Order: sequence, then C-alpha cells, then structure tokens
Amino acid sequence: MTAVVPEQQAISRQQVEEFLYAEAALLDAWQLDEWLRLFDDDGKYEVPCNDAPDGDPAHDLLLIDDNHVRLTARVERLNSRRAHREYPHSRTNHQVFNVRVDESAEDISVTASFTVWRFRAGRSSCYVGRYRYRLRRADGGFRIASKRVELDMTDLRSVADVAIIL
Amino acid sequence: MSTDVEPWVSPATEMTAGMPIVVDDPAAKRFRVHRSAMTSPEIHRAEVERIFNTSWLYVGHESEIPEPGDFVRRPVGGRPIFMVRGVKTGNVNVFHNSCTHRGALVCRQDSGNSKVFQCFYHAWTFDSEGQLKGVPDRDAYAGGVNFDELGLKRVARVDSYRGFVFASFDPDIVDLPTYLAGAKDYLDLVIDGCGGSVAMARGTNEYSFGANWKLLVENSFDGYHAESTHDTYFKYLVSIGTDLRGGVSGQAVDLGNGHAVIEYSSPWGRPVAKWEPLFGEEARTEIDRLRAELVAHYGEQRAHEMTELNRNLLIYPNLIVNDIMAVTVRTFYPPAPDVVDVTAWALAPSNEPDSLRHRRLDSFLTFLGPGGFATPDDMEALESCQQGFTSGGVEWNDISRGMGRVPEANDEEQMRVFWRRWQQQMGTASDLAGAR
Repeated sequence: MTAVVPEQQAISRQQVEEFLYAEAALLDAWQLDEWLRLFDDDGKYEVPCNDAPDGDPAHDLLLIDDNHVRLTARVERLNSRRAHREYPHSRTNHQVFNVRVDESAEDISVTASFTVWRFRAGRSSCYVGRYRYRLRRADGGFRIASKRVELDMTDLRSVADVAIIL
Repeated sequence: MSTDVEPWVSPATEMTAGMPIVVDDPAAKRFRVHRSAMTSPEIHRAEVERIFNTSWLYVGHESEIPEPGDFVRRPVGGRPIFMVRGVKTGNVNVFHNSCTHRGALVCRQDSGNSKVFQCFYHAWTFDSEGQLKGVPDRDAYAGGVNFDELGLKRVARVDSYRGFVFASFDPDIVDLPTYLAGAKDYLDLVIDGCGGSVAMARGTNEYSFGANWKLLVENSFDGYHAESTHDTYFKYLVSIGTDLRGGVSGQAVDLGNGHAVIEYSSPWGRPVAKWEPLFGEEARTEIDRLRAELVAHYGEQRAHEMTELNRNLLIYPNLIVNDIMAVTVRTFYPPAPDVVDVTAWALAPSNEPDSLRHRRLDSFLTFLGPGGFATPDDMEALESCQQGFTSGGVEWNDISRGMGRVPEANDEEQMRVFWRRWQQQMGTASDLAGAR
C-alpha cells in the first residue's frame, strides 16, 4: 500500500474503522438524515442483484442504484409513516469487520465484510456480504463517494426484500 | 404421492365442503372468494395437480440462451428443470433435471455453456440434445438396458411465443397459441413497442414472502391499491417534477383462458416512449424519436397504445408481464399455501444503447423490485392479508369492485377473470374432498 501524496499523513485502518462503526451506529439508531450527510453531493449507493454481484448499473439490473437524489428520496420515504414495509421500523444490527484500506487511488478504497441482522414482528433475517466504499477526506474525516453492497446470499428468499439500508 | 395417509382436513375446508370457493353472483353484482383458498393445505395440494401440472408455465426467455450449449436451470412449477440450446439443432430443449440412472441433478449451475451434462454421481453423460453419450463400464449391463431410451427426459410439452419459452407437464394440453388466446396480442404490443426484439437484462430478482400466490396475482394488476399503498412512490414522482393530475385511467380486458390485462394511461414516464422529468431534458429528443418511429411503423393508434398506455398482463396462472415505468417479467410458485417464491427480470429492447438502458433501469428501480420504493410495501400488504386470514373471523374476500359498470383499470374485473378460471379448474370444496 503506497500513499500517492507523501506529505499527507497516511490513513490508519483504525480511522476508517471508526468511521464505519459510526455509520453503522447511525443506521442502527435510524438516524437516517445524519447518515445521509455522510455522503458527498455526488455520492452513490448500490446493491447489485445476488446473481450478478459485479453488475454494472449502466446495463445490468441492480437491486438498488441510488444517486444522491434517489438516496435522499429513500431516506425521506423511510422517515415517513407510509413506507409500510418499514413502519414500524425493524430493529437492526450492522456489523462490520475484515476492513481493508487501499489509498493508492485518488479516492480511498475500503472493503469490509458485513452482517446486518434485521428483526421485525417476530421474524429475523440476516444479510451477509461485502461492502466496497470509495471515501474522500473531508473536514478532518471522511465523506462517502460511493457505497456498494455485494450480497453473498445466492438469492433473497430468506430475507424477502432490501427495504432497510444495508 | 402416497395415498395411505389420510390427509389432514382443515376446519376451513370442512366448513366450505359442498359450496363453491368462488361465489360469482352477476345478478347481485357480488363476487366473493372464500379465504380458505389462500390458507388450506388441501387446496394448495390440489392447485399443484390441477393448475400447475396442467397449464403452460413460463420457463424463461430465449435471449437467456443465445448460443449453442447455453443453458439456465431453475424450478418450473416447483420442479427442477433446465433449458439448453441444442448444439446440433439450435433448438431450445427443456429437460427434467434428473439423471435417468439414479436421479441426481445433471445440471448443477444456474447458467453457463456446456456441450455435455455429466452426472457427477456415476459419470453418465448427456449431450445438449439430451442423448445419453457416456456410461462408464457399459459392458457390465446385459442386453435388457436400451441406452437409447435413457436420454434426458423432456418436459411433456415445450413451445415458445416470440422468445417467451413455456412448458407444460400435461401431454394433452392445448397448443400454446390456443392457450395464450388474447394474451398474444398484448405480448406483441410489449415486444413490438421495444422495437420487435427483446432480451432480459442481466440480474435477477429472486425473493420470497409469506403470502398466498394468488394474492400476488391480484396485486400485480390491482390499480385500486396504488394510491393508498404506494403514497411514498407518488411523493417521489412529485418531488422530481412529475405532474400527477392526469391520474390513472383505463380499462380491464378479459383475454380468455384466465388471462387478463389492465391497460391505462398514467402520470409516470415510460422508456418507450413517454418522457418525464426523471429522464432528464436531454432525453426528450430520443424519446420523441422512438415514438415517431413507432407511429411510422404501426400507425398512430397502435403507437399510442405502445407508448402512452401501460399494461399489467397476467398470463394464467403465474406469469406477469408489467409494461409500466419499465417492463418486468415475473413468475412465481407456492411451495406452501402461505409462501410464494418470486423470480423477476427486467425486459428491454435487444442491443439497447447504454444511455437508454440506464434510463430504463433507473425507471424500473424507483418502483419495482425488492429494493424499490413500492415492491416491499406490496409484500407487506400481502403478508398482512395472509395474517388477517388466520383470524378466522371473516370468511370471505370481496372482489366485486366495478361489477355494475364497464370495468375500469382501478376495478377488479381482471381478478374476477383469474378467479373464474381458477374455480373452473379447481371445482368446489366438495370436489376437493371427493378427489381424496
């Protein structure tokens, strides 16, 4: 791993982990407006289909392909009482581990494993997969340029939907 | 299936024995469905035999297997099946996915390309036309085994209509064009509107939820629920500048054999070919060009149907082609009365340029799919219905909306078309008792 800008201090994995844990805590607390502010203005949030984890939104069907406008709408929707699948909200537990940081490109690339547990109305479901982030330095911390969520489950039969934010 | 064990009879089935499950009373303009249709294990078992084993079922699209040896495997009617393009003939072959020797699956990947399908258990090998080509130690078999007869078993009937491949386990079923009846014309509209040649985009939605499959049939062409259930979607449309004032307006059409469609105008945009703010200003010229081409080719009336009108089409019993803000093809099967397994794809013009494809998929994802702004709320509604049924306090669903008038798109005539055919195939609860 080599830093492109030598005079800039290298980013420690611990800094990135702190950021990802803070993000997870916002999601688990359903503080979605604060979560949305972690994204840059051109920030993206993608979840490819289970059978095409390398799916390209330019020509493949994804489960979620949110630009900032749609991501904002997703948050507004989940904050309202009319997103029936998530009103009342699920209880969630976002767990992040196996964090790896690569600073060799302009944006900081981060990969991490995750499990997201979701509990609602007596039902439990678990999402497992890999996060791929592109982060940018901002205000002494990070901003999310993109967050891509690649699922390891071969289909969504055990979880039904992706109505929560992973 | 073993007949030694007396099947368990639910209270609901005992209660309705002797009376129809669907009560169609045109004089009183009343249409009701007994809720045991959604909850009874006996009715579910009878559906597998009388509906799923005796209908034409959607297998897949020819575009999924363009090259010789290309294959996809998936359950059809709850059974493991695979579809492969024959290397010798170029034909679409649909086989039971089971070795003729002792049963193991011979196709064990969801998709790919292969000239041969080898059962890993004892290495019997079949070619893409189903012929048995390799048997280790063949000399060990006496003359009684005719290996020519031990090729892969084809599903009894296979045919396709404009790239949509169907199969039936019933050797005596009517031919596919006769079966599709009036639905053919609406498939034509969808396909011709896409320029005459369509393909499935890469990426499959495979999800399940806790509701009876017939609730998904109803929901897939239910105009009445849109405004109340999908409020957050319409709010999103307004936020990006869509004018909702036109509302939804159209009609329901009975297409014969249980197939039905609602066809209607709507406020949202359509990649072919109705512009909306979501698509961006730069897309206007392209959308206008697509529309002009369709007018030149098909005339103003049919082009209007293709571009401005939406279609939610049911091909009985379990194929939905919804040509709305994008085109989704959705099929489903009930592993149990209160579970439905759904598989859905995005249908698009073949060789669609990336810019148009991206816009189409964008439009798809705002509403459709398990991560969209609408589909999860539909799942919630249907699961909620299924849970409500178990209270037992209310016996009947009411599906009478619009019986006193020419059926509009927000009425329930399309659902009645489905249910009448369902009743015809299933018979009454007492027929079900007799079948045991």
